[in-house]
Amino acid sequence: MLGIDDIKKLAKLARITLTQEEESKLPKEVDSILSYVAQLKEVVSSVNEEKQAGELRNVVREDSNPTNTGTNTKDIVANMPDSQDDYLKVKKIL
Amino acid sequence: MIDLKNLTIKKAHSALISGDYTAVDLASAYLEQIKKTNKDIHAYLEVFSDVIEQAKKADAIIKSGKSGLLTGIPFAIKDNILIKGRIASSASRILENYKATYNATVIEKLKKDGVVFIGRTNMDEFAMGSSTENSAYGTTKNPYDLERVPGGSSGGSAAAVAGNMALVSLGSDTGGSIRQPASYCGIVGLKTTYGAVSRYGVMSMGSSLDQIGPFGKSAEDVEIVFDAIKGQDKMDSTTIEDQKQNIKNQNGKQKFKIGVPRDFLKVGGIDEAIVKNFQESLDKLKKQGHEILDIELPNSKYSLAVYYVVTPAEVSSNLARYDGMRYGKRVSGSTGIEDYFLSRQSGLGREVKRRIILGTYVLSSGYYDAYYNKANIVREIIKDDYRKAFKKVDIIATPTTAGVAFKIGEKIADPLQMYLEDIFTVSINLVGIPAISIPSGFKEVGNKKLPIGIQFIADNSREDNLFTISKSFLGEK
Repeated sequence: MLGIDDIKKLAKLARITLTQEEESKLPKEVDSILSYVAQLKEVVSSVNEEKQAGELRNVVREDSNPTNTGTNTKDIVANMPDSQDDYLKVKKIL
Repeated sequence: MIDLKNLTIKKAHSALISGDYTAVDLASAYLEQIKKTNKDIHAYLEVFSDVIEQAKKADAIIKSGKSGLLTGIPFAIKDNILIKGRIASSASRILENYKATYNATVIEKLKKDGVVFIGRTNMDEFAMGSSTENSAYGTTKNPYDLERVPGGSSGGSAAAVAGNMALVSLGSDTGGSIRQPASYCGIVGLKTTYGAVSRYGVMSMGSSLDQIGPFGKSAEDVEIVFDAIKGQDKMDSTTIEDQKQNIKNQNGKQKFKIGVPRDFLKVGGIDEAIVKNFQESLDKLKKQGHEILDIELPNSKYSLAVYYVVTPAEVSSNLARYDGMRYGKRVSGSTGIEDYFLSRQSGLGREVKRRIILGTYVLSSGYYDAYYNKANIVREIIKDDYRKAFKKVDIIATPTTAGVAFKIGEKIADPLQMYLEDIFTVSINLVGIPAISIPSGFKEVGNKKLPIGIQFIADNSREDNLFTISKSFLGEK
């Protein structure tokens, strides 16, 4: 059973503040989903566990034709919540 | 007056070419219809202000004699697909003012064809949901009954077509988000083969599952749009080569072996009207000369459990980018890290937060093996079931949904109940194969007729078989 403290810890890892209502409802909701997916435990696997991520293949290409500096700057800066001289502005970290 | 209700791409195209009406006339007819019905249905989050200008450009192409099938055809686009210079919000508060800085590959292709983009359609926030009730901008209503949901997550795109507010539309399907709303709204919706259509410029939800696909009123319309948007793309390394040249016997077959997974249909909770309609549909297919066989998909019943481990895991990773820093809504706190917390608190809705928390849990150390790894192993087992089945049959048929469109508010309080809506559709995304939902009848509830859909499933890259069987079923030539 998940408790409020577990939910708080997960929310912190996910960088989300939850409302009090969410904190109180989420343990039950998440628990009901987890108990549903627990049925996976009953599946006995004969599958090669190496293959678990699917049939992956590498897709590579030459690093060429770069976009010219400044091509999209105006549009990208326009989407920034805060900017100065075409730089993204955030609060100081140190 | 243009008969929007019975219009198809080919009919519109020939009218545009012969000069019966112009692309401007056609676009105006849809705008008129939107004016009348969108306030009740709320399919669109935004109707673009330059629709007529776009249509004028299409008319110029038609006049020059260079038009294709899609020139001047009005499209509605799901709000998670980027059109340069326009807002794309994924129906989320955190992206309420986000303007796309580039075109999705599918948009680029449609632009070259000269289509007219009517507007962006409502959806469940970041495509998480089965009803559009998780939209931050209000619920879309089902055109067949305004008290009911249109399905989701691509509910706006389905309602726009069903409500004659666009001829065709694009949606995205991660666990049924095209097929389920198509079924609820009585239209055709296609989930394409994983990798068949580029996802460059669509907002990621579950990257190993997401696909873009079309909605239309006929299988033929959906086929035309699919042909226009498919293809390998250097901007999306998960796209695959067009397989057509490798497929044998692709033109010949008209009569199919259709497999029915009887065990899977006994999962419980299926509306009797759906079961009855499905049996009638099978009888109809038999009469048309197709062969019906029982098949087994013994592990399909675990699909939903796998889905609700894999999807939240991918969601929690993919949605980490929405932090109010580089774009979107930023809520300022006292420190930089507090900005993240507050922006995500106020910008993301409840279902999104629920899945992020769940995903964070199943990926956390100590639980990773029990949930995520195990889910991936079971996913392989389910794939194997389908591989075996397609050695015996060409097509697999199931109902699209367990019930008809439900009432607004009926399932929102219980996430698991909502998830169970996707029981017949999710396994397809886990396997990566294509599937289509087409209308197969109605259930009468009170004085309302609510649509029912049937789902046809084909092997990888065999959308051609889906179109053939759908046209046969719907009586299209």
